[in-house]
Amino acid sequence: MKKSLRISHHPLLGEMDKKVISFTYNGEKLQGLEGEPIAVALLASHIRVLRRHEESGSARGLYCGIGHCMECRVQVQGKGQVRACLTPLQEGMEIQEGSRLPNAITGRVDS
Amino acid sequence: MSEIQQTDLLIVGAGPAGLSAAATISADHDFRVMVIDEFPEPGGRLLGQFHEERDHSWWIGKTVAADLIAQNTLAGVTIQCGVSVYGLELLPDGWKVLTSNGDIHTKYLLLATGAAEVPVPVSGWTLPGVMSIGAAQVMANVHQVKPGEKGFIVGVNVLSLAIARELVVAGIELEGIALPSSDLFATEETTPVAAVELLTRLSDAAPAPWMRWGGKLAQKMKLSRLIASCFPKRGVKVWDLPLQLRTALVSIQGVDQVESVIVADVTSSGEMIEGSQREIEVDFVAIAGGLYPLAELAALAGCPFLYVSELGGNIPIHNERMKTTLPNLYVAGNITGVEGAQVAMAQGRLVAHSISYDAGWFACEEEQKLLDAIDEVKEVRRSAMIQFHPEIDEARKRIYELFDHWT
Repeated sequence: MKKSLRISHHPLLGEMDKKVISFTYNGEKLQGLEGEPIAVALLASHIRVLRRHEESGSARGLYCGIGHCMECRVQVQGKGQVRACLTPLQEGMEIQEGSRLPNAITGRVDS
Repeated sequence: MSEIQQTDLLIVGAGPAGLSAAATISADHDFRVMVIDEFPEPGGRLLGQFHEERDHSWWIGKTVAADLIAQNTLAGVTIQCGVSVYGLELLPDGWKVLTSNGDIHTKYLLLATGAAEVPVPVSGWTLPGVMSIGAAQVMANVHQVKPGEKGFIVGVNVLSLAIARELVVAGIELEGIALPSSDLFATEETTPVAAVELLTRLSDAAPAPWMRWGGKLAQKMKLSRLIASCFPKRGVKVWDLPLQLRTALVSIQGVDQVESVIVADVTSSGEMIEGSQREIEVDFVAIAGGLYPLAELAALAGCPFLYVSELGGNIPIHNERMKTTLPNLYVAGNITGVEGAQVAMAQGRLVAHSISYDAGWFACEEEQKLLDAIDEVKEVRRSAMIQFHPEIDEARKRIYELFDHWT
């Protein structure tokens, strides 16, 4: 079992006072803090792979953290594809890694 | 789609500039002010910043943000988060702003969208675990989750050193801060000589005393080349940071995520030394390519631009009063050029007085406030701990001159 990446006692910033909630990622039951971005909750559990590149299939994850690069797309039940760096975690969220977007030129529909 | 919302002033960006503008204008006038931001909470980059002041006290951005948010709440400003803007249309009496939360009609529009980071696409940069240094800062300081146990920083600049220090304070181990290998990204800014030149500009914020007193001397005597060639191969510890100017990152390795980096020794002009390659185990890499003004919305509105390297990129033409060349459209903060949060806050206060003046309230009184606010921005810039660029005032003057030419 890997150590959590959460900083429990920040010397200058104090502690986080958010509620611990449950969610799933690719079916696995996990815990995170309510309202923190999905990417943060996953990172705290050492999950960095958020989707696969459309053409190469190589792993992708959080890059810019400000919703600009679109690399961190994940699939949330009931919400569709969202940016994991901006979307707040909610109790009971069912999250899957981002699905591959279709490509009209190659004719690939989805995966 | 929800109903069209109406406001007098809409501010896009709830960071230091946007929140300061909103607090200033709503404190003085009965004006409907709305602030929107894409991020789930207000504060922008204030949320993740802290630094040590000259008197060794800590300036904590989160506290500054909480204060600004409280002022705004008290003054009745509406702050909506998690809202994205995707369109702007000029109306006869203002602007129509198309957002993920419906359309907003506003008389005055202020773009305070801040900055984004320049990516440095080194080999392996798409691996999960590689992130912009700003993302690493947000993880550690805003959400208090370490970007990893042990990391490596690529890029030596004002931002990378400031954030590297924050990461170390948060208990994150850094294996090195180095330049990208310049055979791939051969620009003047990626040589060890250029990095030393930059470090000499850090002034009071320089990470080591020898840089503070040595920096000014080195600048005067043009010693950067000599310092770069004397820089120890294994680097030096400054601010507890493993700064390595004679090492360059060659590539990032890993199957599905970062497992290690390959680095090599370089000459003072940045050429790789044969046979010096070695592997360092890390689980995250932060890329620091510097900041550029995030100005897409100004482009969408139809603003003319000028590329100003001292300010970090393409800048929408505006005047000293933060007015763009388009009616009722204003800019403040890093969209007008990359500088620190304290300058952005002063610009926010300035633009608030500029809008009040243009709205025609108590014009005589407002004009003096406006002129004072212009001076205040310059004063804050002069006394800033970190000088982002030595020629910012001159660079800004070029934009203001172009504004006069344009209108």
